[in-house]
Amino acid sequence: MIAKLQSKWQHAKQDRRVVYATWIVLALLLLLLPFVTGMTLGRGWVRIIDFALLYIMLALGLNIVVGYAGLLDLGYIAFYAVGAYLYALLASPQFGLHWPVWAILPLGALTAGLFGVLLGAPTLKLRGDYLAIVTLGFGEIVRIFLTNLNAPYNITNGPQGISRIDPIVIAGVDLHRTYHLFGLSIPSTYLYYYLFLSFCLAIIFVCVRLQDSRIGRAWVAIREDEIAASAMGINTRNIKLLAFAMGASFGGISGGLFAGFQGFISPESFTLFESIIVVCMIVLGGMGNITGVILGAILLTVFPEALRYLGELQRLVFGQILVDPNDLRLLIFGLALVLIMIFRPSGLLPSVRREREFAADNSSVLEQEQESLYDQQR
Amino acid sequence: MDIFVQQLINGLVLGSIYALIALGYTMVYGILELINFAHGEVTMFGAMICLAILNALLLHSGLPPLLILGIGLVGAIGFCMVLGYALERIAYRPLRHAPRLAPLITAIGMSIVLQNVAMLIWGKKFLSFPDIIPIQRFTIAGANITNLQIVIILLAILIMICLWLLIHRTRLGRAMRATAQSPELASLMGINPNTIISATFMIGGALGAVAGVMVNAYYGPAHYTMGFMLGLKAFTAAVLGGIGNITGAMFGGLLLGLIESFGAGYIGQLTGGFMGSNYQHVFAFFVLILILVFRPSGLFGERVGERA
Repeated sequence: MIAKLQSKWQHAKQDRRVVYATWIVLALLLLLLPFVTGMTLGRGWVRIIDFALLYIMLALGLNIVVGYAGLLDLGYIAFYAVGAYLYALLASPQFGLHWPVWAILPLGALTAGLFGVLLGAPTLKLRGDYLAIVTLGFGEIVRIFLTNLNAPYNITNGPQGISRIDPIVIAGVDLHRTYHLFGLSIPSTYLYYYLFLSFCLAIIFVCVRLQDSRIGRAWVAIREDEIAASAMGINTRNIKLLAFAMGASFGGISGGLFAGFQGFISPESFTLFESIIVVCMIVLGGMGNITGVILGAILLTVFPEALRYLGELQRLVFGQILVDPNDLRLLIFGLALVLIMIFRPSGLLPSVRREREFAADNSSVLEQEQESLYDQQR
Repeated sequence: MDIFVQQLINGLVLGSIYALIALGYTMVYGILELINFAHGEVTMFGAMICLAILNALLLHSGLPPLLILGIGLVGAIGFCMVLGYALERIAYRPLRHAPRLAPLITAIGMSIVLQNVAMLIWGKKFLSFPDIIPIQRFTIAGANITNLQIVIILLAILIMICLWLLIHRTRLGRAMRATAQSPELASLMGINPNTIISATFMIGGALGAVAGVMVNAYYGPAHYTMGFMLGLKAFTAAVLGGIGNITGAMFGGLLLGLIESFGAGYIGQLTGGFMGSNYQHVFAFFVLILILVFRPSGLFGERVGERA
């Protein structure tokens, strides 16, 4: 069935008009999505979609480090935190600073990138799970500093976090207000949707262009075999640091957007669990494949929210609420993670390279792949 | 001086608990090269099951308290062995030949599931350990030590000696070492790798159960989220010692316990009062990063032959 559809699609793609028509329909759908969602599911869901877009940016950033360069990073949320706190400190009453968003976001990307290099430089020699635990430790260190930097000098306001952060203002449009245009009222979450969507598209564009560029191929080469890559003239040190820095800067940008969108941040948003969820998005969707990663990010943001309807479902089936749906939500989420991985071990939409290896039914290639991904120095 | 001895004692107690949990991580890693992220939750279940048995027996039977404690401990060990076995069968065995990150995700998924199952069963309250061990204090070199601390350290050492003997002196241990080196070759020698892997998970679960009960008895209330941070620290300890290496996990655990406790005790003096003991975890992770920078495969990571 799916194969039939795929071959039909391949056939239709020959025709330019079909391709253009698809793009136009897709663009229209994306433009109308908040209005359609707002009318059918309620405005709360537009906010969830906004978060899904933020997570897509995060997942794409981490995909550079994990998916392309094959470096397992379990502390990625630290860069998100750096971006968010930078925005919060430069645009809130905390220090009385109110910088414009266009000054903060590039600075956030740069600072997060610097942190990425800071993490990458001492860990260049580490492989596999040793790298994973060091990145995890790095993420925890950043979070603990954020929690405790309220004494003796109050910088981050400690566990209470920073509130009353300035909303994002673009070309005079305050995204925290509701605007009325041609009789349509456009609430704040819709405006943020369009902002995040444009950032998302920009990041997707960068990722697509990177994928087959010289740098992208160098990352894949390092992932597959670092020694062979360096024999081919790749400066593995710089290329690895670049992967850390680029991934981190994407995290920094989305962190800044998150702070402006929320208006309030606290260290609780940047726990290890968040890092793990972003890794799950990548692996679940299909590591190294941009479409897969996007799908994973959307699924893992929307699915837990959809599970909030479990209460309604119970009332329909049993006539009463037996178990608090909030208590069941994560349980089912965890089960879903396990089941999806068991039935699709290489992710929902595996990258072409990986799929080829699976289809070839060549266990030696697969084994090589397993070993090369995160092998230890033997 | 007495602060030094006091922190030494605290560090040894904490370290022996870390070491017991770290052994579970490292044995699994040695054979499957898999981070069993759900191991911390197995530990949590150990504490919870023991607690449930203790509370039930204290209420409804007139048995002497120490016997009840023994029954609770054995019950927890038994349950966690079954749990470890089930974990491997459900979440890891179907993915044995999958890409390396897939089992990591199922491990995380199982960890979330186990946490929430525990929450549904025991609720979100902090459950404290019943007073069945009469605490006695002794003074050694100006520092306090309780009988509970002594029991924890001695029991941990005893268990580790038994484990070492099991791995180096029995048929099962030899089979485990062979499987760790090469599952294919081991199976040519008449060893069933599946049995060995199941056994490894069960031994790891048993050690985790003991550690969970110790944490509950010594550090205070059990909670459905207690496994997460414990597991994280124990995994850090395993990596510190060189993951996959049994001796490494034992020393890594003790070392991490000592680092944390001395870090908490002296960090204020070291930084001139800028950092308090709330930076205890930072200290532990910072030392971990430093050690791995200079020894990229842990303290004992090189002796590959000793993996089990």
